[in-house]
Amino acid sequence: MLLWTIIKVALGSLLANKMRSFLAMLGIIIGVGAVISMLALGAGARHQVMNRITAMGTNLLVVRPGGAQRRGVQSGSRESLTLGDAEAVLQSVPDVQALAPLVRGRAQVKYFNANTDTTIAGTSLSYLAIRGFELAKGRAFTSVEEDYAARVAVLGSAVSTQLFGERDPVGERIRVKNVNFRVIGVLKAKGDQGWFNPDDMVMVPYLTAMRRVLGQPYLDELDVQAQDAATLARVETQITSLLRKRHRIRAGADDDFHVRNQAELIEMASTVTRTFTILLGGIAGISLLVGGIGIMNIMLVTVTERTREIGVRKAIGARDRDVLSQFLIESILISGLGGILGIVLGFGVAGILSGLSDYQTVVETQSVILALAVSGSVGVFFGYYPARRAARLDPIVALRYE
Amino acid sequence: MMIETRALRKSYQLGETTVRALDGVDLAVREGEMLAITGPSGSGKSTLMHILGCLDTPDGGEYVLAGEDVARLRKDRLAAIRNRRIGFVFQSFNLLPRLSALENVELPLLYGGRHDAKNAAAQALETVGLRERMRHEPSRLSGGERQRVAIARAIVTHPAIILADEPTGNLDSRTGDEILALFQRLNADGRTLILVTHSAHVAAHCGREVGMRDGRVVNGG
Ligand SMILES: Nc1ncnc2c1ncn2[C@@H]1O[C@H](COP(=O)(O)OP(=O)(O)OP(=O)(O)O)[C@@H](O)[C@H]1O
Ligand SMILES: [Mg+2]
Repeated sequence: MLLWTIIKVALGSLLANKMRSFLAMLGIIIGVGAVISMLALGAGARHQVMNRITAMGTNLLVVRPGGAQRRGVQSGSRESLTLGDAEAVLQSVPDVQALAPLVRGRAQVKYFNANTDTTIAGTSLSYLAIRGFELAKGRAFTSVEEDYAARVAVLGSAVSTQLFGERDPVGERIRVKNVNFRVIGVLKAKGDQGWFNPDDMVMVPYLTAMRRVLGQPYLDELDVQAQDAATLARVETQITSLLRKRHRIRAGADDDFHVRNQAELIEMASTVTRTFTILLGGIAGISLLVGGIGIMNIMLVTVTERTREIGVRKAIGARDRDVLSQFLIESILISGLGGILGIVLGFGVAGILSGLSDYQTVVETQSVILALAVSGSVGVFFGYYPARRAARLDPIVALRYE
Repeated sequence: MMIETRALRKSYQLGETTVRALDGVDLAVREGEMLAITGPSGSGKSTLMHILGCLDTPDGGEYVLAGEDVARLRKDRLAAIRNRRIGFVFQSFNLLPRLSALENVELPLLYGGRHDAKNAAAQALETVGLRERMRHEPSRLSGGERQRVAIARAIVTHPAIILADEPTGNLDSRTGDEILALFQRLNADGRTLILVTHSAHVAAHCGREVGMRDGRVVNGG
């Protein structure tokens, strides 16, 4: 029998029992809708985390003093990283695009009566490019200002608003820990990242910070930007061996610094969000299973109800496989149609979720394809047993059925 | 011979007792014959018809249909024989309620994989005089019209044999006569016809009458 004819017959019997067909579909609709919206939630979380990580800068290696953490305990000195290390890395490691030393501390910043507690970041001009900051107003400090420990400051946008409101701070004088600074520029806002706010800081030349504000001779961080993603790993190993040599660490001994690779960070974050997605998707998948059982139930009822029809079809020459495919296609139609409606529902729920909360949702093409494939297979899987039961009916027994 | 059976047996187990529905049936039917099978209720007429129509298989004995031994064929082969070589007409019509007359008549052609189903089905309905009612569902047709649709469905694949189990049993005598006349016409066109009937009037219009009792042929066999 032609496929189109079978589909027509199956559609006809679905339409003859509209309410029942819809109820049978409902399980699949809800199941697929849940899968789609949960996967969208997972994908949204992944995108959000990725955006945050890349907002920190691209192809980034962060070197910090102290060994890698083991069982929450940090080994090695917190005072192992020096300006000499920074200089050496820049001089002798190839594929380093840019490098910025960083010293960091909290301090109160005042402008007349206004004041705010913020992070003082002592660094170099290249910090802007590495961390992806842009200037909103004014300029960044020059290398001459860096070398002479000039008292100039570039304000993060949050600090600028705190102290100056809408006014232009460029050229004004502020006090940081009783040291006068001249504001030479303001950064563009990057936006609050949740766990920290990159706009809440004041950037000053590293020497100025080390000598005049924080009074510390060592670095808190060394930000290194590699040429591209491919060289990231090589640059990391070269920095490690260079610093071990400079710090005179014997073979076998632990590092007194650690390097964090952005690629590893992305890896870690995507592992976390993948687990989250699998968990959500799995829970939603269970409702799909329940939907499948609903279809099986309806199909068993249908087969029983139509026993006589099956007998008639067999009497005029339908083979077992004709009857099998008729009922199988009917259940695939129910689940497939349910799947399509479920996708529509999933899109709707995902939209509502991201509208009502801070969660971002992204419906990915692959999860739509997955949902369609799964709901189709649910139809085959749960429709097969009832269809086989119909196909195996003895024609005479079926014809006699009242 | 179109149909030849030897010592056909079929029994049913009803609790402790065994019902011998067919207890050694020998029957031979020539091509082009119009045969009536009569006998009291429970004598095994329907059981025999189901086996002749390849809807059921015998427990023992032989059944040769147009030279082919069909007593123990596989299910798919039996389905193909039902589809092409035999047309079966039931007492209770057995039309599919949601399909139109035309679609009902089309069905055997679709299962046979034919592509010109619409035309052939319309032609069969024309033969039984129902061409103008072909869009109607069975529920909008009278009993006689329904049986004529069923006959159109039985003849649409041009089978050599038509089997009818009490085809006029649910009809009044006038409508029954019309159906009988239709069968006679089909027989005149060369088809072999076997029909079960309780009516002496119908039996008298057949070429030969075979009587059954307690699962055996008792006369005319
Ligand atoms: N499926 C079955 N299970 C048990 N017994 C059966 C079954 N089918 C038929 N029989 C028995 O077999 C015997 C013959 O039945 P059959 O239907 O062939 O009779 P019949 O001659 O067609 O009768 P009627 O004229 O009433 O239609 C009966 O005794 C009946 O009870
Ligand atoms: Mg009978």
